[in-house]
Amino acid sequence: MDSILHRLLGFYNGLTPVELMCFWGLVKIAIVVGVVQGLVAYSVLAERKISAWIQDRVGPNRTAPPFAKYIPIIGPALTRWGMFQPLADGLKFMFKEDFTPAGVKKIYFFLAPAVSVIPAMLTVAVIPFGSVMGSQKMVIADLNVGILYTFGIVSMGVYGIVLAGYAANSKYPMFGGIRSSAQMISYEISMGMSVIPVLLIVGALNLNQIISWQATNGWLVMYAPLSFIIFMVASFAETNRTPFDLPEAETELVGGYHTEYSSMKFALFFLAEYSNMVSSSAMMVTLFFGGWTLPFWGLDHPANSIGMGIAHMLVFLAKMLFFMVVFIWVRWMFPRFRYDQLMDLGWRRFLPLALVNILITAVWLWMRS
Amino acid sequence: MAVTVDRKPLTFWEKLYLPAIVGGLKVTLKHAYNTLIRGKVVTMEYPEQKWTLPTGYRGAPYLVKDQDGDTKCVSCQLCEFVCPPKAIRITPPGPNGQKADRANAEKMPAEFEINMLRCIYCGFCQEVCPEEAIFLQQDYSITALSRSELIYNKEKLLSLGGVSPGIQKWKHKLEEAKAQENFPVKL
Repeated sequence: MDSILHRLLGFYNGLTPVELMCFWGLVKIAIVVGVVQGLVAYSVLAERKISAWIQDRVGPNRTAPPFAKYIPIIGPALTRWGMFQPLADGLKFMFKEDFTPAGVKKIYFFLAPAVSVIPAMLTVAVIPFGSVMGSQKMVIADLNVGILYTFGIVSMGVYGIVLAGYAANSKYPMFGGIRSSAQMISYEISMGMSVIPVLLIVGALNLNQIISWQATNGWLVMYAPLSFIIFMVASFAETNRTPFDLPEAETELVGGYHTEYSSMKFALFFLAEYSNMVSSSAMMVTLFFGGWTLPFWGLDHPANSIGMGIAHMLVFLAKMLFFMVVFIWVRWMFPRFRYDQLMDLGWRRFLPLALVNILITAVWLWMRS
Repeated sequence: MAVTVDRKPLTFWEKLYLPAIVGGLKVTLKHAYNTLIRGKVVTMEYPEQKWTLPTGYRGAPYLVKDQDGDTKCVSCQLCEFVCPPKAIRITPPGPNGQKADRANAEKMPAEFEINMLRCIYCGFCQEVCPEEAIFLQQDYSITALSRSELIYNKEKLLSLGGVSPGIQKWKHKLEEAKAQENFPVKL
């Protein structure tokens, strides 16, 4: 045991700086992907529970592994809160028959879930989920063009959906795919435009710099509230959440673009949707709500101890979870937009509004300087 | 004839859409608060909580015994005949079969089976029975692990059915007949 530890330590000390970067990068990727997957699983549970509460129901409260009833108090309480439900859901997806309908275009049919999941997972790479732990920055890739990277990747997310709609070779998925391409392209523009005032104010594209600017000057939501509103609405549209869930409108399109999918392939679309939710909440927190900082208890500067580092991560997680809850909450109160209303809102309301917002911010900054 | 409905043009405040959003969020929040904090749910947690059934509820049909614990059924097979899904099957005792439990009653079924998978709870058996021997009772959740378990036999039906508080027709007739032997008749 001791010698293994010794050898591991020796291995670690023998790494060159590049190798060290790769090592920590991999560790961070593993942790972040794990956390995002866990969040996805439990946000599905949150979705079900919150919808139940809003509709005067109880929600999932039965699923439990056989040992749960032997744990006093905690076991039944966890069961009551449905904490084991995601496990059962995951298992169900694994063991379901992976059915490939006869008429599908096979290659695209197999490719589409991967194409939609990969961008969803990639967006979290640039988000600073904490300050520092020891010598490591708590972000997978501290890019100087962080926001541009995110927008680039997010715009790729639509390909998965369009491809799924096309590959299924049936009418409802096709409608879903077409709707989603129109919707995502429209709202991406307002989304991009809405962030420009933030970039103007901060003067940097790096997400860490945006956060440190907010730590000294206050949260950006106070400087650019209109930006925040447009960004939030656009991110609802980008993640295909109600009221913009036209691509998967259950009531009219059966299941939308994933109608023909089953088992794990379907689960991947689910995963993509919820990871998109996670990453857009994370983006909202980073851009407008100070990321991992809090203006009090000395949480506004990079951590100098492990404890503070963990506290920063928890602050970030808490803020993010708040927005996740908002995402879910809004789903259970909104009717869906009609297609023309959606286009009207995107092109004729939000785009001009975002442009005016840029102008006002620019003029304001020019007057101040 | 087409009727033009007067629609008030939306005010600026209404066009903004935000008040409606806030209103909606308030409603949903109120419901979530009521369920989560005050525990006011409209659903029931079924196997533990059950509806109180109204009187006259038509559940599964069971055979009943009379107050002396005797089988009331006389194996007339009217219910078997009337049963729309043919869920009832009666085996009569035959010429040398078992005597009826009750004195004065002619016979009782050797076997009485109801297939609960077939029964449609229509209540015709109860209605047609001249002996008031079969009643639709309060059970509605009939479950089993196999189809054969769901064919209830006479013994099971009698034990589930319980005792009927109705008139004991044959006992009454017997008492009448006995009373006839003395004059004047006293009942």
